[in-house]
Amino acid sequence: MAAPRPGKLKRTLLTVLLFVPFFLAIAVPVYNRLDPSLFGVPFFYWFQFALIIVTAIITALVYKARL
Amino acid sequence: MNWIALTVFILLFGLVTVLGFVAARWRAADLNHLDEWGLAGRRFGTLVTWFLLGGDLYTAYTFVAVPALVFGAGAIGFFAVPYTLMVYPFVYMVYPRLWSVARKHGYVTAADFVRGRFGSPFLALLVAVTGILATMPYIALQLVGIQVVIAAMGFTGEGLLGDLPLIVAFAILAAYTYTSGLRAPALIAVVKDLLIYLTVITAVTVIPAALGGYGQVFASVEHAKLLLATPTAGNTGAYSAYATLALGSVLALFLYPHSLTGLLAAKNRSVIKRNMALLPAYSLALALIAFLGYVAVAAHVHDNPAYGAYFQKYGNNFAVPALMLQYFPSWFVGVAFAAIAIGALVPAAIMSIAAANLYTRNVYKEYLRPGATPADEARMAKLMSLIVKLGALAFILFVPTQYAINLQLLGGVWILQTLPTVILGLYTRWLHHWALAAGWAAGMLLGTWVAVGQQFKPAYPLHLAGWTVSGYTGFYALLVNLGVAVLVTLLLRAAKAAPGSDATSPADYEHNSV
Repeated sequence: MAAPRPGKLKRTLLTVLLFVPFFLAIAVPVYNRLDPSLFGVPFFYWFQFALIIVTAIITALVYKARL
Repeated sequence: MNWIALTVFILLFGLVTVLGFVAARWRAADLNHLDEWGLAGRRFGTLVTWFLLGGDLYTAYTFVAVPALVFGAGAIGFFAVPYTLMVYPFVYMVYPRLWSVARKHGYVTAADFVRGRFGSPFLALLVAVTGILATMPYIALQLVGIQVVIAAMGFTGEGLLGDLPLIVAFAILAAYTYTSGLRAPALIAVVKDLLIYLTVITAVTVIPAALGGYGQVFASVEHAKLLLATPTAGNTGAYSAYATLALGSVLALFLYPHSLTGLLAAKNRSVIKRNMALLPAYSLALALIAFLGYVAVAAHVHDNPAYGAYFQKYGNNFAVPALMLQYFPSWFVGVAFAAIAIGALVPAAIMSIAAANLYTRNVYKEYLRPGATPADEARMAKLMSLIVKLGALAFILFVPTQYAINLQLLGGVWILQTLPTVILGLYTRWLHHWALAAGWAAGMLLGTWVAVGQQFKPAYPLHLAGWTVSGYTGFYALLVNLGVAVLVTLLLRAAKAAPGSDATSPADYEHNSV
């Protein structure tokens, strides 16, 4: 029915990858700034917006890799 | 009275009402069985689950309150955004296990799982009661969202007459939830979510353009509000508050019965995992809606004399409705307001179903009527969902809204205290069930006491080693909860206390259906 799951190392790496945006999101001082702004939107806002998209992409990749 | 908006609103409302009743025949099955009424037979695929969870998690209250907070307080209001994106990796890793064991054993609620895992009906009761208590104010707050848009369309009656539209809306909701169960909000969620996306995309494209672009929008906001306040010396200030609030909310979200119900209705683990990659689309919508808070500032809606009375009555919750009224033609205002109102019905329905499931399985069947047949269960759940909605309606009509908001904050603190039992329980039975109960009690008491002491502000300034660490009350309470649970477990192990029985086996947590 299903392809074999990836090995232990790969699973660990995939999990770490999955949580990168998580830890970026919680590290508030990293993005609590106005510059550089993008199309008039301050960094604080467009960074979090971009992070949503990155999270979705990483989650999709991790799913495809059968974590 | 905005007749055009009202007509469009009523038409869309009528559409979802029809759908609500028709839903009973969708993937038809015996709705006199709790599994079918309360979990739609656990047969929802990826797309339906996406609409259901999207409609469930992103509530009308979210869409009104988040921009309201951004409008009034600035950057801190944006915390809903990192919070939602942190949810998905966490749920991806943890919750398929709960889905699997629930599917294998026919568990309908988290408390069912706790009972099976720890062999403790009492611990299950604590989890169930916490779930019901946390859900009630949340249902009430959805009604606030409906109230605001109904008023914005021009209903100015006072007292019960002014509340008549709300009562009618709720009566209709109660009726089709009764007949169709979870299928109703699932089907209606499709309409809701499409309307929300339509409204949001239009609003964030059209209105800022009219104001001179996003640069202009951000330029109109008070500079100090654009970012989180930098903490002063010896103080972690807004940074720790923001981070712990997000983290606490992430951990709590799927502990809420209504979120878990949406998840348990999925037909296999892959549906859940795929949705963790797809649901972020709603977070994008939420981020855009949060932006609307600033757009409302730039549009000076607060200075518009036409809205003075509404801002008086509804505070900053009126920011987004005001924005819609100021920039959109009446017919689109009807669409936007219908999106918000229907956006309240979906989670309100699922919340009442989830609370009803909890009561039926973990109070009624467990303690009051152990011999209940599936038909008895279904009947009880249907009745309970009515009572729960009536309670929420009475609360919103007769009690000041601030109480509902305060109870909602408390509800968040409370539900987080079930984490050690439910989430850690998915991985280990090391914590003894009495210790978990003790930890729960400690967390509940401390969390409630602190929250009330802080006058229902969500953060508590903890003084630690010369620093002031401002953190989410629920999160601190959880830490104490865990500490107590570990300590008591160690004591119980030393006293050779017997652990309860475990009805589950390790393979159950990986169980899947095709």
